[in-house]
Amino acid sequence: MDKVQMLQVLAASLFALGLTGVIIRRNVLVMLMCMELMLNGVNLSLVTFAHTMGSAVGAVLVFLIFVVATAEIAIAIPIVLLLVRRKRSLDIESYTDLKG
Amino acid sequence: MIRDFLAHLDTLLLWGFAACAFVSASLMLVLRQPMRVALALVSCMVFLGGVYGLLGVHFIAAFQVLIYVGAVMVFMVYAIMLLDPRDESATAKYSKLLWPGIIGFALLAEALAVGYWNDLPHAPRGALGEPFDIARFSTAFLTEYWLHFELTSVLLLVAVVAALAVIQENRRHERG
Repeated sequence: MDKVQMLQVLAASLFALGLTGVIIRRNVLVMLMCMELMLNGVNLSLVTFAHTMGSAVGAVLVFLIFVVATAEIAIAIPIVLLLVRRKRSLDIESYTDLKG
Repeated sequence: MIRDFLAHLDTLLLWGFAACAFVSASLMLVLRQPMRVALALVSCMVFLGGVYGLLGVHFIAAFQVLIYVGAVMVFMVYAIMLLDPRDESATAKYSKLLWPGIIGFALLAEALAVGYWNDLPHAPRGALGEPFDIARFSTAFLTEYWLHFELTSVLLLVAVVAALAVIQENRRHERG
């Protein structure tokens, strides 16, 4: 198992772990952190491929993902704060306003 | 023997960092308190920064630590501190989707790992191990990819406006 394969498998498992965390955890903040973990897995995959191919495209994409992740957190945290202020709970299962 | 060890030190460190990153990512799923989950995520990001450093892309390693750990996670820890840590969801069981989630994880991880194992494109000979430096990256960033750079700055502006809109909405809700 060479280095590139190992890093790609690690990136895939980080992504899968993050997705599982988003599905199985109930705390909104923990779900947000699991989304960050998914982004980190994608970043690792991009960096490994950019390193393997010796091109700068992957690194440019990684920087764009950094910015998107920062913007995502900057929007998501105020929304979570407002939700908690209205519902008095961090539990995802108490946010059922959109349920038909 | 010591010379052999030193010659393979970077490979050993790479495997060690990768294993630590995987362990701390797994811990995120089983730890109960949000603050401990945040610390596990911070350690995972720092280990990934180590992996990037060992791959030779030092500027991405630096930005990983500066932006992710320094900005995003500090913001997250601040939010955890602001909210009540004794919330019931911090100690409650997993959601109802626990078993579908675990089965989905197994299937996704297997599909991705098998796909990587069999169909990973081979690197062009000689390209491996020649890290691109920040000079090449910056030139490419500001000449070839200037449109993406500008679009990203527009995205940040939109994020600022959206955050202001969220606050405005909250004020209106409190007043009415």
